[in-house]
Amino acid sequence: MRLKIDKLGVVIAALLAYGAFLAPFAQFRANRIVPGEARSILEALPAGLGAALLAFVMISIILIVLKTPTIVRLVLGLVALLVLAVLIGLSAGHLTPPENTYARVSPASGFWLLSFAFALVTADALARLKLSPFARVALLAAVAGAIAALLMSGAWDGLSILKEYGSRAETFWLEASRHVVLALGSLAAATLVGLPLGILCHRVEALRAGVLNVLNIIQTIPSIALFGLLIAPLGWIALHVPGAQAHGIRGIGAAPAFVALFLYSLLPVVANTVVGLAGVPRDANDAARGIGMTDRQRLFGVELPLAFPVILTGIRIVLVQNIGLATIAALIGGGGFGVFVFQGIGQTAMDLVLLGAVPTVALAFAAAIVLDAATELSSNKPGRAA
Amino acid sequence: MIEIDSITKRYGDTTVVDNVSMTIAPRTITVIVGTSGSGKTTLMRMINRLVEPTSGKILIDGEPNSAIPGYELRRRIGYAIQGHGLFPHRTVGENIATVPTLLGWEKSRIDAKVKELLTLFQLDPAAFGPRYPHELSGGQQQRVGVARALAAEPNILLMDEPFGALDPVIRAKAQEDLLAIQKHFGTTIVLVTHDMEEAFHLADKIAVMDKGRIVQYAAPEEMLVNPATDFVETLIGAGERPFRLLSIGSVGEATEAGEAEGEAIAAATSQRDALSALLWAGRDALPVVGADGTRLGRVTLAGLARRAARPQ
Repeated sequence: MRLKIDKLGVVIAALLAYGAFLAPFAQFRANRIVPGEARSILEALPAGLGAALLAFVMISIILIVLKTPTIVRLVLGLVALLVLAVLIGLSAGHLTPPENTYARVSPASGFWLLSFAFALVTADALARLKLSPFARVALLAAVAGAIAALLMSGAWDGLSILKEYGSRAETFWLEASRHVVLALGSLAAATLVGLPLGILCHRVEALRAGVLNVLNIIQTIPSIALFGLLIAPLGWIALHVPGAQAHGIRGIGAAPAFVALFLYSLLPVVANTVVGLAGVPRDANDAARGIGMTDRQRLFGVELPLAFPVILTGIRIVLVQNIGLATIAALIGGGGFGVFVFQGIGQTAMDLVLLGAVPTVALAFAAAIVLDAATELSSNKPGRAA
Repeated sequence: MIEIDSITKRYGDTTVVDNVSMTIAPRTITVIVGTSGSGKTTLMRMINRLVEPTSGKILIDGEPNSAIPGYELRRRIGYAIQGHGLFPHRTVGENIATVPTLLGWEKSRIDAKVKELLTLFQLDPAAFGPRYPHELSGGQQQRVGVARALAAEPNILLMDEPFGALDPVIRAKAQEDLLAIQKHFGTTIVLVTHDMEEAFHLADKIAVMDKGRIVQYAAPEEMLVNPATDFVETLIGAGERPFRLLSIGSVGEATEAGEAEGEAIAAATSQRDALSALLWAGRDALPVVGADGTRLGRVTLAGLARRAARPQ
């Protein structure tokens, strides 16, 4: 029997070998802003564990290079990610001198490379398994649960990013909720306005080009510039419209951030509504009129259900885009995870930057998976969409 | 009865339908033929007001069709189009139930109707009712399209090139089905096509349209014998005349007394098909049998030749 080589596996194996034997596993710093010192796997982990991890990586390399069954690769990837997650937590305890609260331990390039390589193995295996939408969401929930369990168990408490969290726990959740409200709220507003606007653009051809061009131009305005442009009108409203200020409308703060995100969201929602409605088969539309549906019945009974998967794709784009963009809101005092990113940059404290960036990426990633699954469900079972 | 009274439709400066008047008798099949752009589809779509006329009026059973809102009018008139126009996100059963649901029928009555129509179109209700249109063949989709048009038991059925997308074998079957359905329900059918063969096969009366006007509105035989204009003659095709004449009548009408050898022909077959069977069999005569298999007599080459000749 000849053993077959997996091409992607060779690349991943090279990454693993470099990450395990040449790159530093963890980084040690005497305090949060001094440059760090690299620690290899053998240095970063208690004696037996370091050697065991190296052995584990070597076995993994063999399994990954050969054409092993997909399910084996999936289990290997998931187990390896879990092992790495636990070990990096242990290395923090191992490297930090006792009673020292200034020292910081953070994952270094070796850890990230190993994680990336095993994540690739997992993602590749998942893609090959072609999981159903429900299975993908369930897997996402399981991963989220595992991360939550690790966080609660205290296994990562020694890591620098959690030390930053420890000193800001209250603000973290406040900013987290602001971030979610900004991203979801602007999406909801954009859907409420964009959907009818898209329907109107579909029905009234004269409006279509004009509306889409205006929204296109808005998309090209850089976010910082848009914030600047919004200061004057919102400031004027705050001054002259009774009650506006009481509702938090001011030239800076959450209001302009919300308005900016809303404006950016409109184009994908409106454009996808127009495209979705235009994609409804002419025959079906003609028949719907011909057998006596009113315009309203045709819209809700035929056009929107058929356009729904395309509209949902637009909403997915907006949600992922907004979760990322909401970071910028911190620049004008709008709150959100961006607060930590910009504070971190100001203090040259990378751990603080990560405290803002990691949850943002995780949220966007989760939103993408959930909405992709929803889109697939709605287009797979057209009868249930109505 | 549909009475079309000097109806005109203009889009800007172009006149699509130009002062057309015609009366369509109840329980008949009227076929409107013409080249593309002749206004035949627009004329038909003014009957159920998918297109509003610029001037003129249309009476349905004596009532102007503008007396009630367009959508209510359309629920009373069946409508089937080329490429069936089924709703892809609804099952076959839901598609057929569309108009009865709009009319607020009771669920049990709707279910019974869907079942009846599927059975009538030779589709097993249990197997086909829950399927989606894309799971059906072209011929099946077309049948479901006609079934949906008939679901609310309309007196009038409008069909816009309903068989245009079907292959010749399935088209012939669909045309036979339509004739049977028309007999079964006594529906008044107005059908638009550019296929003269189809027109002569199905029509009680044919209306030929050219540049928005009706150039001749007559029974098929009449049209063959006395084409009103050169255009009608070209459309019929001079070389096809005897065969078109034969395709109108059935073998039953041409049966003579006497015996004949060979494979029997059913009385319902068109005379044209009988002629081809005779020629192909190389015989002068073939026996004719009724639907129940009894011998009725024979059909002869000479008899058909007489019938194919220009009537005096």
